Amino acid sequence: MPRTATRPAAIRVPDANLEISRFTLGNGLRVVLSPDRSAPVVGVCVVYDVGFRSEPEGRTGFAHLFEHLMFQGSENVGKMEHARLVEGAGGVMNGSTHPDFTNYYEALPSGALELALWLEADRMRAPRLTQENLDNQISVVQEEIRVNVMNQPYGGFPWISLPPVAFDTFANAHNGYGDFAELESASLDDARDFFSRYYAPGNAVLAVAGDLDVAATTEMVERLFGGIKARKVPKLPNFGEPVPTKERRGVIHDALAPQPALAIGWRVPDPIRELDDYLASVLLAEVLTDGDASRLQRRLVLDDRIVTGVSGYLGAFGDPFEVRDPVLLTLEVHHPDSTKAGKVLDVVQEELARIRTEGIDADELQRVQARVAAQLLRGTDSLVGRTNHLAVVEAQRGAAELVGRLPSMLAEVEADAVVAAAARCTEDSRSVLEVRPGKAA
Amino acid sequence: MSAPALQRPVVGVTRTAKLPPSAERTFANGLRVVAVRKPGVPVVELRVRLPLAATGGKSATAHTARLTVLAETILRGTERRTALQIAEELQRVGGALGAGSDADRFALGGSALSSGLPVLLDVLADVLQHATYPQREVEGERDRLLQDLAIARTQPGLLAAAALARRVYGTHPYAFELAHVEAVQAVTRAQVRALHASRIGPQDGLVVIVGDLTPAKMLDAAEKALGGWTSDAKADRELPPMPEIVPGAIEIANRPGAVQTNIRFAGASVPRDDPSYPALLLAHTVFGGYFSSRLVANIREDKGFTYSPRSSLDHARAGSTFSVVADVATGVTAPALAETLHELLRITTAKVGADELDAARRYSIGSLALRSATQAGLATTLAGLLPSGLGLEWLREQPRRLGSVTVDDVLAAAQQIMAPSKLVTVLLGDADAIAGPVGVIAPVEVTSIADL
Repeated sequence: MPRTATRPAAIRVPDANLEISRFTLGNGLRVVLSPDRSAPVVGVCVVYDVGFRSEPEGRTGFAHLFEHLMFQGSENVGKMEHARLVEGAGGVMNGSTHPDFTNYYEALPSGALELALWLEADRMRAPRLTQENLDNQISVVQEEIRVNVMNQPYGGFPWISLPPVAFDTFANAHNGYGDFAELESASLDDARDFFSRYYAPGNAVLAVAGDLDVAATTEMVERLFGGIKARKVPKLPNFGEPVPTKERRGVIHDALAPQPALAIGWRVPDPIRELDDYLASVLLAEVLTDGDASRLQRRLVLDDRIVTGVSGYLGAFGDPFEVRDPVLLTLEVHHPDSTKAGKVLDVVQEELARIRTEGIDADELQRVQARVAAQLLRGTDSLVGRTNHLAVVEAQRGAAELVGRLPSMLAEVEADAVVAAAARCTEDSRSVLEVRPGKAA
Repeated sequence: MSAPALQRPVVGVTRTAKLPPSAERTFANGLRVVAVRKPGVPVVELRVRLPLAATGGKSATAHTARLTVLAETILRGTERRTALQIAEELQRVGGALGAGSDADRFALGGSALSSGLPVLLDVLADVLQHATYPQREVEGERDRLLQDLAIARTQPGLLAAAALARRVYGTHPYAFELAHVEAVQAVTRAQVRALHASRIGPQDGLVVIVGDLTPAKMLDAAEKALGGWTSDAKADRELPPMPEIVPGAIEIANRPGAVQTNIRFAGASVPRDDPSYPALLLAHTVFGGYFSSRLVANIREDKGFTYSPRSSLDHARAGSTFSVVADVATGVTAPALAETLHELLRITTAKVGADELDAARRYSIGSLALRSATQAGLATTLAGLLPSGLGLEWLREQPRRLGSVTVDDVLAAAQQIMAPSKLVTVLLGDADAIAGPVGVIAPVEVTSIADL
């Protein structure tokens, strides 16, 4: 439908105003400080440049299990004491494991900053790895998997179930939560080896954001982390795989699911080496699925009414700026039995073809750019979100400043680049996973 | 490195957060607007809470279904805008709006880039006053809801909440929050329009706006958009008081073949302005309110029974509740239940340690500050407090009230609310596997989840 000439002017897309300084300790630990004195709270995040893509074959789920072990005490910190000290100082803490990194964070009243740094330094130096804690945390992780995967309809869909369809190598294809038998066979030696290999200070980034004084914080970091011995930093593996040239298909049966679901994955450009093209793919995901004005919501949900929900994102957990190549643009679709998966696939390709042939007009592009910017800014307003994002982006790109500048960088992407991103999502290069309700026949 | 580097640092004093500048205005139509300036990113957060008490008894199911369809369809067209125009206008200012409801109110929430606040408010005002609920949209959303409900009704967390609500609330409106498939199927456009016209109005409603703009400017924008909203709606109606909670047998809501049991306890609690509330908040925190709690130390970190056990305090208009949640492997249901009961008995029969109390106190004060440190968090926190007559003042004074709680206060509050003899117990799980072992602890009663 042609647009009228009276279209409202585009909104100016603002950036987040982040002050950033950085330094590197003698042992290789990279540090990013980002002061913001608007509230008396401070965030601390340590990111280790290892995720579940790096765990050894036969040890699926180990990176995540090891993250749990990092909360079991260290040289000067007893079991549960980490949580007690942080929470007892009025803070919150947690950690999480991703394909390409593992993070540990605290957010606390700013008077407790030194305590949080001391705690992170103590476990970076010497976590307390014991058989009893290992056995206990294997059980806890198994309950986590039961809650999130085994006792849930669509549990692990599609972050666990799509990669084995889309990828060939163990690193990219395997289940990051892990196989129960492999978790149970994890040993203390595995834990010591993993720590020694991947938790070197030179393989980590520390970010501190919020109510901090740069000089005082620099002194604390040097004093608390400076004594940790440097270790060899593992070479960054290349997890790259060729982009598929022939469609890949997979089917899983989910006894708890009441209706079918579908995931479609396409490879996108390298998020670090090909950032400009990658940004266009980020926008494409929004053009297709963000809100009722997006193309696939309109076509599949509102007009044709053949699906009940569609979402689209880059990266296993929808974290487009916290992943390394190879990355998928994933469309996740829930549809009733009366809709055949093939029909959904046809309509999706038809809409992609329409973008290729008709292009994207300025208004649609600007709307999507404004929306992505607002979402990024909201994420940046969260202290934990900001601190973590600074650490990951510094670890992967050496450029934490990017966190604040992403809104305007996305606003500069041109329509042609988004059209080109759509052209990359071909039938031949897609990976399709169908979830069918009920037990396998 | 020298030894002093390894000494654990002493926690320093943190300056007190300043109360952010705020202003409020109640329009002639009865709508109250609170605007708070929170420096941060150039985004505004909007929360709308309109009182809309649920219905109990026979009409409860129909009411829940109609309100659920209404919330899904209110943004799908007005006299001035099509569904697509609404979506595009919001997107153009980086915005989004969503609608939902609970047993006490109808709620809308959203955000936009700061410069888009007038557009966000204009769309909001338009849907509140002129939503048309086009026939095709109502039908489409109704069908989609039916599919979503089918999924919701397979999720153990939702099923356990519904089974617990059925047990705690009986025929009270609060028992009927999960919509029924048949009732949703029967919803018509006329019913949805009638519900909007008769129940959604500005009287006693609340709008919260938080952003990096001057409060007066935000209030003016809100008044321009919403000051002229008139309606004959009678938003609120008499809400029955919470029924008395009768503990009785352990209920096993049967879910054959489940690999986990969802353990739930619930009982009556006190509102946030009750004099015993600060002590109760700290008792709950020590028991299961944070990672350092006794419940986590016992059934997660010592026994490995569960991933994320916790207790909660919740507040609704008819009353407040205390509840406990733990999802455990089917095979350890009885021992996990026994340990949870043990911790409930411990906190209600002996004083907590002074160190435990201090840690819980600092955590409660600190987490309040952290929640209020973001625009979205502050907006949601205020939207939860203001309808109960609490607000920024209450937030500012809460650390002082928590500061004066003693270990004796904690014991008294725990005994009043958290004693197992005052709580109902509901287990969602495989009755064949767990009824025997659980029956050793107390009598059990097996129920069906088919009619939840």
